[in-house]
Order: sequence, then C-alpha cells, then structure tokens
Amino acid sequence: MTRKQKRLAVIAGGMSFIIVAVLLVMFAFSQSVAYFFMPADLATADIKPGTRIRLGGLVAEGSVKRGQGSTVSFTVTDGSGNVPVTYTGILPDLFREGQGVVTEGAFDAASHEFVADSVLAKHDENYMPKEVADRLKAEGVWEDGKGGGQAAGKTPAREATR
Amino acid sequence: MIVEIGHYALVLALATALIVSVLPVIGARRGDAAMMALGTTGSLTMFALVAFSFGVLTWAYVVSDFSVANVWENSHSLMPLIYKYSGVWGNHEGSMLLWLLILVLFSALVAVFGRNLPDTLRANVLAVQAWISTAFLLFILLSSNPFLRLDPAPAEGQDLNPILQDLGLAIHPPLLYLGYVGFSVCFSFAVAALMEGRIDAAWARWVRPWTLAAWTFLTAGIAMGSYWAYYELGWGGWWFWDPVENASFMPWLAGTALLHSALVMEKREALKIWTVLLAIMTFSLSLLGTFLVRSGVLTSVHSFATDPARGIFILCILAIFIGGAFTLFAWRAPMLKAGGLFAPISREGALVLNNLILTVATATVLTGTLYPLILETLTGEKISVGAPFFNMTFGLLMLPLLVAVPFGPMLAWKRGDLPGALQRLYVFAGLALFAGLAFYYVQNGGPVMAIFGLTLGFWGMVGALADLWYRGNFAKVGFSVGLKRLAGLPRSVFGTAIAHFGLGVTVLGIFAATTFGTETVVEMKPGASVDAGGYSLTFDGMREAIGPNYTEERGHFTASRGGVAVADVWSSKRLYTARRMPTTEAGILTFGLSQLYVSLGDPMEGGGIVVRIWWKPFILCIWGGALIMMVGGFVSLSDRRLRVGAPSRKAKAVNPVLEAAE
Repeated sequence: MTRKQKRLAVIAGGMSFIIVAVLLVMFAFSQSVAYFFMPADLATADIKPGTRIRLGGLVAEGSVKRGQGSTVSFTVTDGSGNVPVTYTGILPDLFREGQGVVTEGAFDAASHEFVADSVLAKHDENYMPKEVADRLKAEGVWEDGKGGGQAAGKTPAREATR
Repeated sequence: MIVEIGHYALVLALATALIVSVLPVIGARRGDAAMMALGTTGSLTMFALVAFSFGVLTWAYVVSDFSVANVWENSHSLMPLIYKYSGVWGNHEGSMLLWLLILVLFSALVAVFGRNLPDTLRANVLAVQAWISTAFLLFILLSSNPFLRLDPAPAEGQDLNPILQDLGLAIHPPLLYLGYVGFSVCFSFAVAALMEGRIDAAWARWVRPWTLAAWTFLTAGIAMGSYWAYYELGWGGWWFWDPVENASFMPWLAGTALLHSALVMEKREALKIWTVLLAIMTFSLSLLGTFLVRSGVLTSVHSFATDPARGIFILCILAIFIGGAFTLFAWRAPMLKAGGLFAPISREGALVLNNLILTVATATVLTGTLYPLILETLTGEKISVGAPFFNMTFGLLMLPLLVAVPFGPMLAWKRGDLPGALQRLYVFAGLALFAGLAFYYVQNGGPVMAIFGLTLGFWGMVGALADLWYRGNFAKVGFSVGLKRLAGLPRSVFGTAIAHFGLGVTVLGIFAATTFGTETVVEMKPGASVDAGGYSLTFDGMREAIGPNYTEERGHFTASRGGVAVADVWSSKRLYTARRMPTTEAGILTFGLSQLYVSLGDPMEGGGIVVRIWWKPFILCIWGGALIMMVGGFVSLSDRRLRVGAPSRKAKAVNPVLEAAE
C-alpha cells in the first residue's frame, strides 16, 4: 500500500465506525425512548399496545389499595383525567397519596389501565417530578410548597451532590 | 463576625483572581518577569483566601451557627460531627465553594510544581486558571453565597438530607471534584499553548501528570459514588445512566482518551492538534457536568435546587469558556505545526483507535443525555432516555475497545507487528476463553452470550499480565531473571498493566453480576425463609430502635447455608425526625466478592412485610476493578520521568534495551 492508500484506509475505517455509531444511536432512539404522558393526554393519545411510556401525575387520595403479595394499585390523576395503575414490587420511600409520582410501563388503551414496572423514587420529601410539576402548575392544580411534609418557609429542594 | 470575614475573603480572592487574570498575560507578552511572577504569588494568595473562607464555613457548621442560612438549612445540632464536616458540601452553595477550593488548589499546585515550566507558559496557564476562578467566584458571590445571615437566628436547624448523612458524602464529592476540576489544568495548558501558538512534545510531558492525577481521582470518585448509590438507595442498582452520573462519566471517558493521546504526542510528537482539542473538550464536559448538576435543567433521580438564575449564570460561564476556547482553537490551531503521519498498525495506531472509540462513545452518552432536553425545548415533547438506550449504544461501541486493549501495549511504536502480537497473545486468549467457560459452568446457567462477556473480562486481565510476561521475557530467561528485568522497567509500564487489569476486573464484575444475579420480591412473616444465591435467608422479626436523629424499624434476618447459620443481617426503614423523611437502609452481606442485598418494603396486614432480596454475584469486582485502575494511576504518577521537576531523561543514562522495550 502506498502512503496515500494507507491514509485513506485509516480515514475510511474511522468514518465507518462513526457511521455505525450514528445508526446505532438512531436505532436505539426509535426503540428505547419512553414518552411522557399525563392522565388527560392518554384519553386522546394514540398509543400502540405494548409501547413503553411514562405516566406522571398525583397519586389520588384514598386510591392506594394493596392486593396479593406485593401488588399495589392506585390511581394517577392530574385533575382532569384519571388512570388506574397496578404495580408489583416495592414502592419508593417517598410514595404517598397526594404526592407527585412518575411511573413507567405499558398502557392498555382498551381497558384504560396502566401496568407499571417501575415507580420512580426521588431523594427529597419536597420532591415533585419536574415534568409533573410543570404541567400541574400550568393547570393550577398544584403549587410549590403544597404536598410536601415540610414546615412553611423557604425550603429549596436540596440536591444530592452526586 | 468571623462569618463576614469569610465572605470578605472571597471578595478579596475575586480581586486577586482579576489581577492574576490580566497582568501575567501582559507580562508574558512583554517578557516582564515581575508581572509573570504575579501569577505564582497571586495563585497562592487566592488559594489561601479561599481555603480560609472554606474553613470559616466549616467552622459555622461545626459549632452549629444557625444564624447562617446555609447552616440552618442543612444542619442540625444533634447530627454526628462527621456529617457536620461533610455537610459543608452537602448543599448547593457549599459544594460550589468546594469546587472553587479545588480549582484554586490546582492553580496553587501548578504554581508550586511548575517551576521548571518556561516562564511565559506558566504565567499564561495560571492566568487561564484565574479566568475560571473569576467566573466561579462571581457565581458564588452573586448567586450562591453560603454566608448569608438569618435574623433572628433560628434555634434549631432543618437537618441534612438523610440520604447524605453517610460516610459517602465525606469521600465521594471531594474525590469527584479533584477529578473533574483537575482537568481544568489540562484546559489551561491547552489554552495557554494556543495563546502562544507553539506546542511540542515537552508540552505533553508537562500536561500528562495533571491529566493522570485528575483521571485517577475521577475514577475513584465515580466508583465511590456508584457504590454509595448502591448501598444507600436500597434499589440494588449500581449505575442508572442518570444524567448526573453521565455528567461525571463523560469527562472520565474524554479524560481517558486524553491520557492516551498525550502519550502519543509525548513519544512521537504526533496528534498535537487533536490532543489540544481533547484537553479543551474534557474540561468542557466537566463544566457541562457542573451545569447539568447545579442548574436542574434535566430530570434526574436526584432532585435539584431549581433556581433559574443560577442555571442561566452557569450556562453563561459554559458558553464563554467553551465557546471562547473553541474559537481560539479554530483561530490558532492552524498555526501549530502538525505532527508526522504514522502506520495504522503500531502503538500509536492502537492509541488512535482507543481515541476514536472513546470519543465516539462519549458522543453517544452526550447525545442520550442532552437529547431529551433539546427535544423538549424544540417541540415541547417530554421523553426519557434510559438504560436500554445506553446499553445498546455505548455498550456495543465499547466492545471493540475491550477486545483491542491487550494488543496496544504489545505493538511497537512506529511499526507494529500484528501477526507477531497475535502469535504472542493467542495462548492468553485461550486462557481467557477457558476461564470464561469455567466461570459460566460453575455459575450454572444464564444466557450463552454471557460467556462472551465473561471471556472479555478475563481477556482484559490476562492481557495485562501477558504484557508483563513478555516484557520480563519470562519464557526465555526464567522466573528470577524475568523478575529482575521487570524491576528495571519504568513504573508507568506497571501503571498501564495494573489499570488495564482493573478494567478487565470491572468488565468481569459487570457481566457476572448482571448475568447471574437474582432478584426476589416476597412477602415474609417472622420465621419464613427465602433462597438466594445458595443461601437461605430467614426473617426473624422486626424491632424498633432509636438513633441520634432518627427512629427506625429494624428487620433481623439470618443467612444460612446447608442448614448452618453463617451470618446475621439487619435491614431497616428509618424516619429522620427533623425532616420527617423516610429512608431505606439496605442490609448487605458480603461473601467473598459476592453480596446478598436485603431491602425492606411496606408492612402488610397480618404482620408480614414485603422484602426484596438480591443475590449479586461478584458485584464487588465492579468497584474493585475501579480501585485497581486507581492504583495503576498512582503507580504511573510515581514514575520519576513524569514527576514535574525531575531531571529529563536524556540527562540520565538509561539502559537502551529497556528504552527500546517501551
């Protein structure tokens, strides 16, 4: 191989690796990204069965019921829509009625039920998932400081320094 | 009063930073030695002032001075003393002050250890460090002042977030910051080189110890954070591909690439422009990480202090430094003389492959981390990019690198001999495959693909040993002579081998723990038992206990094997009284390198409780491997050729055989 051919071979090799990476990223985005919904969106959204989505909102007061073993059912609400959720597993420490929650799993449009395989835990008692807080504030259902267990006053959510 | 003096010290530090930002640069232009010397004294002064200020804040925490708002928000008089110390950086303001302290510490270290640098380069490097210090001093003073007072002073504090009341907080953030703030030195060297428009192999030799030190601390910091999350959160996971984790991982990946490209530059005077670019990118990723963590723009398992003003401030710092550095790069890089070309099959070729893969992998992590943010800004659509995305992209892209690692050190500089390397390595590859198969067989089950992963881990380990084996030439000269030969090798050779070995150990741990681990969620009543990983775990009952600032429900479990009790484990749910915040304290039993992990759920009607039990085989390899990498870093750092200020190699008569063997 001449010097020029060598250089071309190296550049071609590098480019093909980058192209593979780009294709891989595009494929992964099409496969494994979960969209975020609120209960009201689910009434109108067209979601294919079996697609993983995230559902966020408030845990409705009085809706948490324990079933067999570690199965729990509760309702996620955003004031204008309700979605019943079932989940098997251990709930995070800060899961409470009236508090914000984000769950991930699959939605069955026919029966209007959500089967969650993970319920997101957060590190702080004042925590309201960001997506949920944005929407609820916009709709006037919730505001800062409500729903937290903290005494009144300035209580910025403290972050973990990780 | 002393608190005000601490605040005032920061203002003085800002004034000093401004002087160091400007005068040494002018001095370097004019060749004015006195002005250049200001960089050294100024950097030391800045360090003294910031250290004093940090000491004052620590003092306020230790004596529980609740008239300081920051102390009131994050401390409690009953909190154990160690958490009063570590609580200083367990909040936004304090952690930014720690960030700054470490930044000026690195400036001071450059000032002290950089005596052998050319005067102009040292002056410029210290000035660039001072620019960064100025930006962060302004940020702290204007938007995140830790010294704000409350009047009247509250009688009791609000306590530190219970999750942070752990030894992990004392260790993890300082290590992590030493790592990613340490890359600021590489950045400053790169910018200084661009300012001077001149760069050579000596530059790489000066930058490498700083890169190595930062990389070593960052490795330790990330591993520590991962282990902390693992035992503290009670979720049994050790890496969540959370944006905050990615924020520290991206500088690590780029820093690893920098470490390797600087080597090529030092030995072969090639890849100069690329190395400068990489140095800028690495610290840019550190800044980006600071932005992601400190501003709260991304949804994360960590909750954030969401103050838009702070976010915008850091975004400005980010834009100025990254934008400025890249502009300078675009303008000045063409003036740097490009290095020579080289053969694809050679040591430098292998290092270029390493750089290609690491930077592409960094780019995928960056894409996955920022994509949701960009999409939301552009379309308002909210998505989450989680572990499946990163495993599919980053995981697959890293595989060729893991296969290639043992080949790198086997290839000679300039012209490598791939068939020769293959011939030397195939026995070791066979050993790795055999170990992988044996491991798979003993663990009994799991997908067949796992054999590939396990073999890959062993491959990294035996590959590192093979390097030492051939360097000692054990096969020909026998064991004792071989050892003598090894003893004569430079330390950096061992550093490389140890770090590569550690990488193999981590890879093995990752594949073993994910393939052979089990998870059981079950409702247990006292007396019930569950099998996990060959052990039988019996639930003995719950008991209430009271800690210094919490109450807890402790579940007692007994692990037994073959009917014989081998260990006790307690797992509890705590309620921290000041914040009324519940936490889960997982019970962890260690058997060799494997762990049994018990986490409590909610109590059920009828006296039972939901229990989650994980068997985590060889999980300790994951962090153990990182620790080994860290040791490798330190061994390399102790190489006298790298020591800043050590006499250059040419002055010393080095055995020419060893020299060639490198």
